[in-house]
Amino acid sequence: MNSVHEGASYLISNYVFPNDLHVHWSMMIVLYPYLSGLVDGAFIVAALYYVFGVKSLKPIARFSLIFALSFLLCVGMPVMLHLGRPERNLNMLITPSPSSAMAGGGYLFMVTLAVLLLLILFLYRTFLVKQQRQSKGLKRLFYQVLTFGSDNLSDEALALDEKVIKFLAALGIPVATIFHGYVGFLFGGVKANPSWSTPLMPVIFLFSACVSGISGIILAYIVIKRFRKEAVDTACVRTLINTLFGFFILAFSFEMLEVFSHHYLRSGYHHMVEGLLNGPLFISFWIWQVGICSLGPLLILGWLCLLRVKDSAFVIGSAIVSFILLLQVLFMRWNVIIGGQLMSKSARGYTEFHPEWFDKEGIIAVVFVMAVPFIILFILSRIFPLWMEGKSEAQGAGGK
Amino acid sequence: MEQPESTLSEDRRQFIKKVLKGTIAGSLLLVLPAGAGNLKVPEQIKGIRNRPWELAKQNFAFIVDITRCIGCGSCCVADKREFNVPDGHYRTWVERYLKDFDDAVYVDSPKGGLDGYQEPRTDIKKEIRDTFFVPKLCNMCHEPSCVQVCPVGATYRSPDGFVLVDSDRCVGCAYCIQACPYSVRFLHPVTHTAEKCTWCYHRVRKGLLPACVEVCPTGARKFGDLNDPESEVTQILKGPGVLTVLKKEMGNWPALYYKGLRREVV
Repeated sequence: MNSVHEGASYLISNYVFPNDLHVHWSMMIVLYPYLSGLVDGAFIVAALYYVFGVKSLKPIARFSLIFALSFLLCVGMPVMLHLGRPERNLNMLITPSPSSAMAGGGYLFMVTLAVLLLLILFLYRTFLVKQQRQSKGLKRLFYQVLTFGSDNLSDEALALDEKVIKFLAALGIPVATIFHGYVGFLFGGVKANPSWSTPLMPVIFLFSACVSGISGIILAYIVIKRFRKEAVDTACVRTLINTLFGFFILAFSFEMLEVFSHHYLRSGYHHMVEGLLNGPLFISFWIWQVGICSLGPLLILGWLCLLRVKDSAFVIGSAIVSFILLLQVLFMRWNVIIGGQLMSKSARGYTEFHPEWFDKEGIIAVVFVMAVPFIILFILSRIFPLWMEGKSEAQGAGGK
Repeated sequence: MEQPESTLSEDRRQFIKKVLKGTIAGSLLLVLPAGAGNLKVPEQIKGIRNRPWELAKQNFAFIVDITRCIGCGSCCVADKREFNVPDGHYRTWVERYLKDFDDAVYVDSPKGGLDGYQEPRTDIKKEIRDTFFVPKLCNMCHEPSCVQVCPVGATYRSPDGFVLVDSDRCVGCAYCIQACPYSVRFLHPVTHTAEKCTWCYHRVRKGLLPACVEVCPTGARKFGDLNDPESEVTQILKGPGVLTVLKKEMGNWPALYYKGLRREVV
């Protein structure tokens, strides 16, 4: 202890404030940004087609939107499971405190949901009208509600639909961006936590959201197509992988920039963050998030994007890299949210987190929350056909 | 043969009458109002009783004198009893600091200091240069992070300077717990709402000192109105002693001051 400086001496006692022993934001708060990130990324994929006209993404454009809706409908679940008094959740909408970043969440969620729902209903209008004409009774009423009672399929009406779709998709980009940026800011705005309070946090969350969403779309598309023994559109997957590569380089660069900044600036808190990453988070951060789940995918994505790879190998490589990147984002969320809370505000020690199995925020609940979006996706696919190969966009909704 | 039986019945009747009278008298005592006006305890904060509460006129401050704290834990016990604080959660706690000759600092706070620091630490083999105790409680910030982040306005700062929680409105999101730089908040395991030290607002409104201040045997905890020129806290604030606040760089402007605070304290 001859060369003791304040930072080192802080850590000797490993003193955690008595109220910091418990990790208050646990796995449900990890899932919340994870689910909303999947929505955001899936929406970006759809926007690339509907707004920016990336034609090769046509096969998955509608699927991306239904995928986004399935997950968006579940975003509230982990929050409700987390709240101490979930029955009072509407207070956030009825009596929001304007100074709180969290108070806007409910409204942002509703705006995102409204835009996404409207976009889907307009996209599928032709199909829904045809279904309405073919059905009777309650089923007919159901389709009437979905088409807002309008069965006008004239050329003018369809042309207007196209305009509305483009407008909603364009509007969806800032809405989805603000929604997920807000989620990142929930953490970035906590000045009491040195590993959270950085303006980079919303940016990191946004790019990693795009990574997880695009990966989710690629993996789900390949798995569903293989399961149904249908051909995978490799041109589409190649475009997605290229996009994924770009977003992942940005996401990973910002993640590393934050660590590097802490390391280089060596401010008083650096010693705490350094001790956290090299101590309690060493395995989940350096080994899993950075090593296996980031450097690995960078190599695979480099191979897929920069070299000539056969179609069959490309599809397998894409599925693998997407799966790993989905894990990467999950580890990132874990390391930021749970990891950040392991540092006591005493700046002198770290607490521990032990997930429980049967708690309302436990492992079983996590599995349940992650399974529900897929059940919803299945149900929605019965109403809104996921695929529309070989049809032009205006008439495409007419059948599978 | 009948005479003794009659006396026995008479005794029994008398006994039952007495029991009944006692029960009724005891019950009446229970239901009779016992408002602040009937308080036997003399007023501890001047000028509060027998006048309307003027919210904005008070400017309360709390001062902790590090040089006086002996780590007895009385304040923690008083607090736990006053609020029935659940085990493992703390509205207030006392930390023990040890410093060796290499300037290494060792801090601990077993059970938040509830049992008092009766035994020295045996796990440190170094020679100790200095040791002191630091009581912690809500800083009642002028710009409280908890109030800023509460999404439903359940946590608020009253005009008389108290940061309080409305447990009927709190949704239990724990955002305030994350935002508090001093970690004075916790989620109550029964009500599932946020809780923290209130500087005993309910007692102050009756002219009584916070429970921890009242029981402190060495006067390490001081409480009073800074607008009262004769209050003890005003005298200390005017005096030559160095007063400081915790985590000044957070910009929360606490109303909790520390006298004789060491730079090692976070």
